[in-house]
Amino acid sequence: MLKDITLGQYFPGNTVAHKLDPRTKILLVVLYIVALFTAKSLLTYGIMALCLAVCVRISRVGIRQLVRGLKPVLFIIIFTGVLNLLFTPGETELFSWGFLHVTGEGLRNAVFMVLRIMLLIMGTFLMTYTTSPISLTDGLERLLNGLKRFHVPVHELAMMMSIALRFIPTLIEETDKIMSAQKARGADFESGNLIQKAKALIPILVPLFISAFRRADELATAMECRCYHGGEGRTKLHVLRYESRDYVALTIGVLVVAAVAVLRRLGL
Amino acid sequence: MEPILQIKHLTHTYGIGTPFQRSAVEDMSFDVQQGEFLGIIGHTGSGKSTLIQHLNGLLKPTEGQILLGGRDIWADPKKIRDVRFRVGLVFQYPEYQLFEETVYKDIAFGPSNQGKTGEALDRCVRESARLVGIRDDQLEKSPFELSGGQKRRVALAGVMAMEPDVLILDEPTAGLDPAGRENLMANIQEYHRNHQKTIILVSHSMDEIARNVDRILVLKGAHILMSGTPAEVFARGEELLEAGLDVPQVTRVAMALKARGLEIDPAVYTVEALERELLALRKGGAAC
Repeated sequence: MLKDITLGQYFPGNTVAHKLDPRTKILLVVLYIVALFTAKSLLTYGIMALCLAVCVRISRVGIRQLVRGLKPVLFIIIFTGVLNLLFTPGETELFSWGFLHVTGEGLRNAVFMVLRIMLLIMGTFLMTYTTSPISLTDGLERLLNGLKRFHVPVHELAMMMSIALRFIPTLIEETDKIMSAQKARGADFESGNLIQKAKALIPILVPLFISAFRRADELATAMECRCYHGGEGRTKLHVLRYESRDYVALTIGVLVVAAVAVLRRLGL
Repeated sequence: MEPILQIKHLTHTYGIGTPFQRSAVEDMSFDVQQGEFLGIIGHTGSGKSTLIQHLNGLLKPTEGQILLGGRDIWADPKKIRDVRFRVGLVFQYPEYQLFEETVYKDIAFGPSNQGKTGEALDRCVRESARLVGIRDDQLEKSPFELSGGQKRRVALAGVMAMEPDVLILDEPTAGLDPAGRENLMANIQEYHRNHQKTIILVSHSMDEIARNVDRILVLKGAHILMSGTPAEVFARGEELLEAGLDVPQVTRVAMALKARGLEIDPAVYTVEALERELLALRKGGAAC
């Protein structure tokens, strides 16, 4: 069902992973991504996988939820894997069939690329699982605060993002409801060719858009009623503060990146 | 006669394997008779919505069975659409499902999915529009031009037009003004009388349930708390109140009178019945 879409979903908890400052978590994810793209060998990939495993363990997020997050990108993963497998030129040919050649390099590339995408997605999902959307955008706003000097509307962007994130579950729920209602009237979303399937979406999309506009309108009114006027001079209810655990976490993150970079230099 | 719907040990658990796992319906069993007007009441979260979505196969039971006309509806999952045509379900706030350019086309969506065309289709659409009080000249309008109450009627007609054997209505009058409520319930009663079809009404309003249904099912915490005729259920008014549910206003008055020492049947739930009780009491009282 649609409810299984876990994008941007937050699983409340009380672990260190949940309590870290959102800015720390964003920075850690950035570091994690840098390290992931620096990694080139089995050893370094192993280190990254280990890091992720440790973080998952700490956060007490079920491994099943994390794997379920991969479902929407399964196609991309398979596509990348197959493409790398078949079209990487190399010397050691394992076997060939017509114009398709599977080389040792190709196999290696495919495995690493797939691993990289999977680790990338699971890592970022871990962040959204352990950080509520509100604090996530809060952290992002603070991190990008310096850009205000260059007239980047940081607050407005953060506000838009938090509204968008806030409404994802609502709209998913709404879609679910509308789908059920149309199914109850005999709508068929599964069978038929591509055009028929696209047409079958109309009974969902029209009501969904109408309700999204209605919600947007209501939200705008409600915000205006509470005198919202943008970021100028706005204070925070929860002021973010770095704690010692944040410094520890960031230090570990930097060390991991450094280690991976050194190992790469050494050709390992 | 065989009941049209048999619910056997139905259990539904959401989010199995996640921190959010919970059972919305637990081991419920009951029958719905052909032509019956059944009311279901219960708090938010008592499992009403989950329950009714099982009856037309929108949700699949985690455990248990639903029999429609003696056959398990999931016996052949490919035929589940036929079940949905036989058990029509009108969701809460159904006006948000409207999507077509005209009211006529929107009402025709269900029956044309059934494969109806031409005159048969036209007949169903017009008949169900008339049933819910949509005028002929409104049929060619865009559904988005109508008022909220009229949209609701159109949505209702869209399900009635499939001519289901069982019609399930989830809070059909929620958010309507008192006149609108009365009007809509009168339409539903008329449909019930004329077509002899089974109706299941889910509602928060005890008064609405009391006035319309033959039998009441009270849900609480994913279980069936009580089941019986309105008189039987409201005779246990104290229990209902303890469960955090309401009783009809008239019953409340009767209960209060009884508490003050009047010899009155506290299970009355219509104004007429209460009047009879009171008159009888006065006659009896005059004797002493």
